[in-house]
This record gives sequence, structure tokens and C-alpha cells, in this order.
Amino acid sequence: MAGETVMIQQAFFAYFAFAITVLSLVVITRRNPIHSVAWMLLLFFHIASLYLFLNAEFLAAVQVIVYAGGILVLFLFAVLLVNIREEMKIGKYIGAGAAGFTFAVALLVVVLMSLRSFVAAPPGAYTIDLIQQETHTIAIGKVLYTEFLYPFEITSLILLVAIVGAIVLAKRRLKG
Amino acid sequence: MVPLSWYMALSIVVFSIGVFGFLSRRNIIIVLMSIELMLNAVNINLIAMSHYLQDLRGQILAFFVIAVAAAEAAIGLAIIIAFFRNKATAHVDDVKEMRG
Repeated sequence: MAGETVMIQQAFFAYFAFAITVLSLVVITRRNPIHSVAWMLLLFFHIASLYLFLNAEFLAAVQVIVYAGGILVLFLFAVLLVNIREEMKIGKYIGAGAAGFTFAVALLVVVLMSLRSFVAAPPGAYTIDLIQQETHTIAIGKVLYTEFLYPFEITSLILLVAIVGAIVLAKRRLKG
Repeated sequence: MVPLSWYMALSIVVFSIGVFGFLSRRNIIIVLMSIELMLNAVNINLIAMSHYLQDLRGQILAFFVIAVAAAEAAIGLAIIIAFFRNKATAHVDDVKEMRG
């Protein structure tokens, strides 16, 4: 029985890993940016499902709301600026594209090889049972508002700077 | 139970795809999307670590990464709009004012 559960889990992971890899490749290689954005939506939903699989349901919800609901809409808005007809004629990759590919493959190989010497830290206090008993959002909130209160406040400052900066950069110059 | 190293391998693969897109694509919007892809790969790694090491700090860090990614997307797209207004193009190799 236990062996069957493990196999189902591994089959689920295999599906999500395969789908996420293929979808990221598809996102990167589309010629039309609108297609890229549409595939990226599917990719973000798959990543959110992977978070659910890792018992991080709060992060899964945040992933769907912030990425799929916020960032992708921003991207879609910027895509409207692009001249699709010209995009279809011109090459997808810049002149140094082959160098970029070589660098990415080299990075992949080196980091995959270094994975073998990874040593995990001793496990912490938040076991699955404890989180289940406390419920996930309460547990994450307790850590966020005590141990990480100062970084949390800095995050609000970063978002404020982003709002002001985006308006200043994107607005039209006033005459005179 | 799925081993932790599988999640780390998946994260590395997605990150490398993001690096490839960032270095090679001509369209500046897809370059920005590659950055989002890399940040998502890091998030997968952080949340997998958080689950397997039974420590919530990884998820908090992923939470901060998402907040910074939202800020970065807003600023990046504002820069693209300003860039498009001045040059009427969305290609990274059309920017060569600094070339000697």
C-alpha cells in the first residue's frame, strides 16, 4: 500500500516536472509575445499546483493571484505596444544567441553536477503535523509577523518605490 | 515520497531555460518574462526546501521574492514603455547609443 502511494506521488511529480519544463521552453521560444503570455498563464497554474503538492497552499494562492492575476496582465498590457507584423519578419534571437545557449547549458550541467554534494540541514520545528494542527496560514503569519517583521516593512517600502517609479517612468512629459 | 533532489533538478532546469531566454531573445518583453521564469525557479527550490527541512522560513523568503518580482515587473514594463516612446522599437539590439 505504501509503495503504491509513493508511486502515485512520483507519477504526479513526473507529470508536473515534464509540463513545467516543456511550458517554460514554449514560453521562451514563441515568436508572438501574446502566445508567450498565454502559455505563461498555464505555466503559472502548473507551478501553483506544484506548491499545493508541497503543502504550501498559501503560496499557491499568492502565486495565482499575484502572478496570473497581476503580473501577466501587466505583461499583456505591454505586449500591445509591440508591432506584431514586424515581429513576424525579424529573427527571434540576437546575434549572440548561440553564446547565450552555450552559457545556459554550461550552467545547467555544472549546477546539476554540484547537486550530488548537497547536504541537507537538520530538520526544523515545523513538522507537517504541527502545521496541520495550527493551519498553514496562521503558522506562516506567526513567523512572518514576528521573526520577519522588519523585512516585511521593507517590502512595503519596495512596493511604494515601485508604484512611484512606474508612474514617473511611464507618464508623458508635461509641456512647458 | 519524492526526493528533494528531484525538485532541485527541476528548479535548475527551469532556471537555465530562463537564463537562455534572457541572454538570447531579441524582444525585450520576452527578456523580462525570462526573468520572471528564473524567479519562479528559485521559488520552487525555496518551497521544496521549506517542505523537506520542515522550516517555514523558505516559504517566507518565497513570499518576499514574489513581492519583489511584482515590483520588478512594474518598473521593468514602465521602462519598456518609456523606451518604446523614445525609440519606437521593442528590440534589445536596437539600443546602441553607447557603442563607440
